[in-house]
Amino acid sequence: MKTKKVSIANVINIIVMALLTFICIYPMWYIFINSFSSAHAINLGVYILPKEFTVEAYKEMFEIAGLPASIKIAFMRTIIGTTLTLFCSSFCAYLLADKDLPKRKLLYRFFILTMYVNAGFIPYYLTISNLGLKNNFLVYVLPTAVQAYFIILIKTYIESIPSELIESAEMDGAGLVKVYIKIILPLAKPILACIVVFAAVNQWNSWADDMYFMQGRKAVDLHCLQYVLYTKLQSNIVTSQAGAAAGAIPKVSSQSLRMAMSFITIVPILCVYPYMQRFFTKGIMLGAVKG
Amino acid sequence: MTQTAVKQKKELTGRQKKKIRLVLLLLPFMVMVAIFSYVPLFGWSYAFVEFSPGKSIFESQFVGLKYFQRIFSNPKDFLMVMRNTLCISFLNICFSVLPAIFAIAISQLKSKRYAKIVQTCTSIPNFISWVLVYSIVFMLLSSEDSALNIILKNLGLITESVNPLGNVDHAWAMQVAIGVWKSLGYNAIIYLSAITSIDQELYQAAEVDGANNWQKILHITVPGLLPTFFVLLMLAISNMLSNGFEQFWLLGNGMTWDKLEVFDTYVYRLGIKNMEYSLATAMGMFKSIVSILLLTFANWSSKKLRGESIF
Repeated sequence: MKTKKVSIANVINIIVMALLTFICIYPMWYIFINSFSSAHAINLGVYILPKEFTVEAYKEMFEIAGLPASIKIAFMRTIIGTTLTLFCSSFCAYLLADKDLPKRKLLYRFFILTMYVNAGFIPYYLTISNLGLKNNFLVYVLPTAVQAYFIILIKTYIESIPSELIESAEMDGAGLVKVYIKIILPLAKPILACIVVFAAVNQWNSWADDMYFMQGRKAVDLHCLQYVLYTKLQSNIVTSQAGAAAGAIPKVSSQSLRMAMSFITIVPILCVYPYMQRFFTKGIMLGAVKG
Repeated sequence: MTQTAVKQKKELTGRQKKKIRLVLLLLPFMVMVAIFSYVPLFGWSYAFVEFSPGKSIFESQFVGLKYFQRIFSNPKDFLMVMRNTLCISFLNICFSVLPAIFAIAISQLKSKRYAKIVQTCTSIPNFISWVLVYSIVFMLLSSEDSALNIILKNLGLITESVNPLGNVDHAWAMQVAIGVWKSLGYNAIIYLSAITSIDQELYQAAEVDGANNWQKILHITVPGLLPTFFVLLMLAISNMLSNGFEQFWLLGNGMTWDKLEVFDTYVYRLGIKNMEYSLATAMGMFKSIVSILLLTFANWSSKKLRGESIF
């Protein structure tokens, strides 16, 4: 009797879990199948598989003003930003992990305190503005270069590396930079991989800094994909340059274009996602870490 | 004898050299951190002057607490923003039990493979940007040709399109639901790892005593998760005033403004769109100070209750 009750609960549990999984996955699938369906089919409803298969939306999408450039910028900020974060945060962590650093605790706090100190948006905005970083690609990558969370994680990891390894290298006359490159980087690979993945996802997903700081006329070519998608979602009608010039009824509906744009914005995340999973638990530590 | 002394001296200078090098190498990074995190703090002075961009702080006229008085003397907007921010945060905190329940449910699944699939799939939404969340909500629910509207129209239930994002009555519920959708699976992971770290012997002992599954959950798993829940609760309390610029900027609109204007979006609108730099700085300053107080409170209560600080 008892076991039967439990098994009913189990069945309900399995079904509820399946439902939740479906709710999390289906929206992306819906966008995917719709982006490959004709405008006519979309209006009738496409729910399971693409109908009236077409790649028109994707062809047309690349004609949208500023879109190809924005894809390039998105990749650039992800690659440059991630590299910079990786280098700066890990090098800082390495220096802060060295017991010979004078006033080590104080200096460490100087970095960690940045997690809690927040001047507010306007002072930050004016600081960026005064530094001449407005309408400048560097605003994407510089402010995120040294990150306290990452420093904590890498420093903790470096401190777990046997100090004899570092000391013996120093005995052999290796300088700080050499030890960092020859010993720290290879040995700290697991944690660095974790940081690469999380920093890259953060960079790819950023758009607010674009909206804040890229409003000048000089910045039209500096928008990233997420921001362009945002503006296209805001405007009622989306057309490509060719479509607008011809003044004809566009072959592809605004909705199809939005679907296609959304899908290419999601793809890179879905591509790195399988690799990310290994770092989940560590990534959570990023969020709820002890200083 | 003398040789070792000389050697020692050499080593000492070598070490001192290393110390200097360490500091010199660290210096550029300290400057960077200072510029982006500490220099903006001087911007708080904008709250006390008649500031307009292009003018330096020294040319601006000192007005004392005028802007702080303005916040509190005409508090209509301020109170609305405060209410929205706090209510949404409160609702989010109420729903923060869900990831724990979800984690327990996953851990009860017999097939580990199925559990892995569920966990993997439900964490995906956490890694997509808010713009994409907006896009998904737009395509599936609220636009003219959204899935919802097409289905309802095909069924003949509606003739006019519905727009759940424009519904002011359910605006909070909608936003909390979207937030849960995005973070449920990911937030469950921390509870899942807490569950695996619970001593298995406890379960075996309970089995010997004849406990059923529900009793095991109630008396072993739930107490085992409480410390994690408490830490996360404290973090949530210290973050009460920041419920996210991106979500509310993207998913709020003119129709739901009364319910979805939160602190972060209000400061941005006030400062950048309305050019009220001084007023917006004063608001931001208020937020930062209250946040620090909440953080101190959370830390203090953690120390009192658990004998361990969270930071």
